[in-house]
Amino acid sequence: MDPMIEVRNLVKRFGAFTAVNDVSFAVRSGEVLGFLGPNGAGKSTTMKMITGFLTPSAGSVKVSGHDVEASPIAAKQAIGYLAEGAPAYPDMTPVEFLIFVARVRGYSGNELMQKVDAAIDRANLRSVAHKNIDTLSKGFKRRVGIAQAILHDPPVLIMDEPTDGLDPNQKHEMRLLISEMAKNKAIIVSTHILEEVNALCTRAIIIAQGKLLFDGTPADLEQRSAYHNAVTLTVSGGASTDTIADALRKVTNVARVEVSAGADGRMHVVAFPESGASVIGDISQLVRAQKWELDEISVETGRLDEVFRAITSGTSESGREVLT
Amino acid sequence: MNNIMAIARRELANYFATPVAYVFIVIFLALTGVFTFYLGGFYERGQADLQPFFLYHPWLYLFLIPALSMRLWSEERKAGTIELLMTLPISTWQAVLGKFLAAWAFTTIALFLTFPIWITVNYLGDPDNPVILAGYLGSLLMAGAFLAVGAAISSLTRNQVIAFVITVVLCFGFILSGFPLVLDFFRGWLPHGVVMSIAYLSFWTHFDSITKGVIDLRDVIFFGSFIACWLFANVILVEMKKAD
Repeated sequence: MDPMIEVRNLVKRFGAFTAVNDVSFAVRSGEVLGFLGPNGAGKSTTMKMITGFLTPSAGSVKVSGHDVEASPIAAKQAIGYLAEGAPAYPDMTPVEFLIFVARVRGYSGNELMQKVDAAIDRANLRSVAHKNIDTLSKGFKRRVGIAQAILHDPPVLIMDEPTDGLDPNQKHEMRLLISEMAKNKAIIVSTHILEEVNALCTRAIIIAQGKLLFDGTPADLEQRSAYHNAVTLTVSGGASTDTIADALRKVTNVARVEVSAGADGRMHVVAFPESGASVIGDISQLVRAQKWELDEISVETGRLDEVFRAITSGTSESGREVLT
Repeated sequence: MNNIMAIARRELANYFATPVAYVFIVIFLALTGVFTFYLGGFYERGQADLQPFFLYHPWLYLFLIPALSMRLWSEERKAGTIELLMTLPISTWQAVLGKFLAAWAFTTIALFLTFPIWITVNYLGDPDNPVILAGYLGSLLMAGAFLAVGAAISSLTRNQVIAFVITVVLCFGFILSGFPLVLDFFRGWLPHGVVMSIAYLSFWTHFDSITKGVIDLRDVIFFGSFIACWLFANVILVEMKKAD
């Protein structure tokens, strides 16, 4: 199956500044691509080129088989786009706004009203359907933007920070909505909320300073973390943390051990494994044999924020001080 | 075509969704009245025609039309909705044309609402109605020309006040470009042919001949091509400035 979105060697320069530098990737139907990167990394610029708002300085974008530059109308018909901040005409009500979008998209008569109705239901806008958009809360405004983007049931959905500025409940709803739609669409979601990547995405891309730095699954991303498979012991009393740390260092495949005080005053001892190795089995045996009194023992899958920082700042270490 | 109409409908509805439409229409009607009856000496002239009515239209349009056109693109750019608009499946020229037609339709409505003056003149005397019709046509064409300039200028800036001021200045130049005020400015350093072309661009001369009842095809073509040129410029400016 051909990818629905194909980005090849995309470059965008603004004067001397290169906002997007040779970025290539592809998204297939059924995939939700998380677009990560610090502010100003070139995420929005890339999305604007995919949706045909900006013209690339070099490279090409194909959406649903149509070259965005050569046949922009056909490409735009296949795209639903939620731009950053969900722009919408403030003097219109959601219904008026959606009717306008449906008309521009070529619907008329009964079909038009059905599409508008379905989008309102889908985005849960019924209660505010006849209020002016400029009086709506941020969450509702965002949903108006979503309704506009999914109105024509596009095979490609591109959303620039769909959950930015929403409260936790609204974020949860938005993620549910996106997951629901994911089955038969190719979706790109930009975010700088890392938990979202695990909750939502089947694949993640990290760009910083315009360059593509990572392309893989969220699990791949976690594996890059020093915390991947790390074991944390929370010590309540009895054996001193130094004894525990020394003992852990002798366990096979433990690369290093960190001791730190938690916010609640309890001590945490973290054993980092050699890359790719698992140490929880050996450590739990050791805990039982030594009869250490522990409040908690846990294995981490990896810390995305740490990987994110490492990848985007170009260093491999998390930068935390290592106590030995 | 449907796209263009969809854009035009939204724009037109937008004028009426805000007080802009009502304020504009009321001021427009009040000012046409003032100009016609006081400055134009409608009664004193003792002639059954609408010359004093049309005479002041260029000056009315000079301040009122830029107020209509200033928001067409600046507002979209300021609110960020231009990104929504330009990622919908429409071409830039369709959006430009749709917006222009909406503004032009709105001025048509405002102009139509001056019909009581036409009734008055017909009640008082026996005017040459085809000449009046020609006057209305000329006025509409001139309004279109003002609007086309204003729409293009509006796409240059996010700031509606700047769009307004620049449009007023430009339109002022176009009204008077057949007059010494403007021509003397160019005469010193431009060849005679160019100065004459500038003089030819004067709204005043073209409008004046139409309102006298002479619908010369050349005047109609002048306004038509003037509008077309500015709309073309508008398309290019939107393409250039949309993402700034």
